[in-house]
Amino acid sequence: MDKVIEFLNMGGYALYVWGSFGMTALLMLAEPLLLRARHREILRRVARIARMNNEERT
Amino acid sequence: MNASTLRLFTFAAPSRFYALTGWLIPVCWVATLAFTAAGLYMGFFVAPTDATQGEAYRIIFIHVPAAWMSMVLYLVMAFWAGVGWAFNARMASMLARAIAPTGAMFTFLALWTGAFWGKPTWGTWWVWDARLTTELILLFLYLGYIALVNAIDDMRRADQAGALLALVGSVNVPIIYFSVKWWNTLHQGASVKVGGGGSSMAATMLITMLIMALGFWAYSIATTLSRARCIILERERNSTWVRELVENRRG
Repeated sequence: MDKVIEFLNMGGYALYVWGSFGMTALLMLAEPLLLRARHREILRRVARIARMNNEERT
Repeated sequence: MNASTLRLFTFAAPSRFYALTGWLIPVCWVATLAFTAAGLYMGFFVAPTDATQGEAYRIIFIHVPAAWMSMVLYLVMAFWAGVGWAFNARMASMLARAIAPTGAMFTFLALWTGAFWGKPTWGTWWVWDARLTTELILLFLYLGYIALVNAIDDMRRADQAGALLALVGSVNVPIIYFSVKWWNTLHQGASVKVGGGGSSMAATMLITMLIMALGFWAYSIATTLSRARCIILERERNSTWVRELVENRRG
């Protein structure tokens, strides 16, 4: 346990080290998730338009 | 037209690009996870504490790769924007658009991690130093490019205007790189010197930084290709192949 706390403390530089790595991790996780949501949204929209066209035809 | 150029052009077609990147992107994600996991392990548990900077120096393992990506991605973006403009190649222009947000993100991260490193070592979050200022200009160039291509409705004219901005702005990249040499700056010199002279850092630190850089490369390829796929679908949503794609997905 002491070792974990010592590690997290980063020799007194915790704010700077975790501030840097934290922001990097946050953005590098957020970007792929936003892209996945965007991709799904487009596919949904295209599917909806295709469905509407099919209904018009029948 | 011979067979090899023909093949080049078929891959340049958005539908082929979409299919090809479908299996390339997962490969890039596996590489991203492997390299960043290895890099983080080495960065925190293998690399020793720095004699003068203590643990704060560990920021280098993300700061330098992020700064490299910010510059490299700008040049790659300007290249594809230029190709799209010169040869009227749609796919190249779409690729340039896809690179910009990821490049802007890495530029922001280079500035952010730099500030968090500067505070404990220089005693300040920010100075109007040549390296920092030119990197800030790079962020504005990315944001300017994104705003410009989205502000013009005519797709081709937007791509042309964006290409002009990207190409003119690329003059800033060598200025960023050599700023620490040309001017007296607070920022330290290049960590890895190109063309002889070797590196100014210990082998373990250098290897860790390079592994992280590979991870960031794989990440950049994965995200830009993913974004390019989104742009393709948005632009070609009325085409037959996109409709077939969606119908096949529904099964």
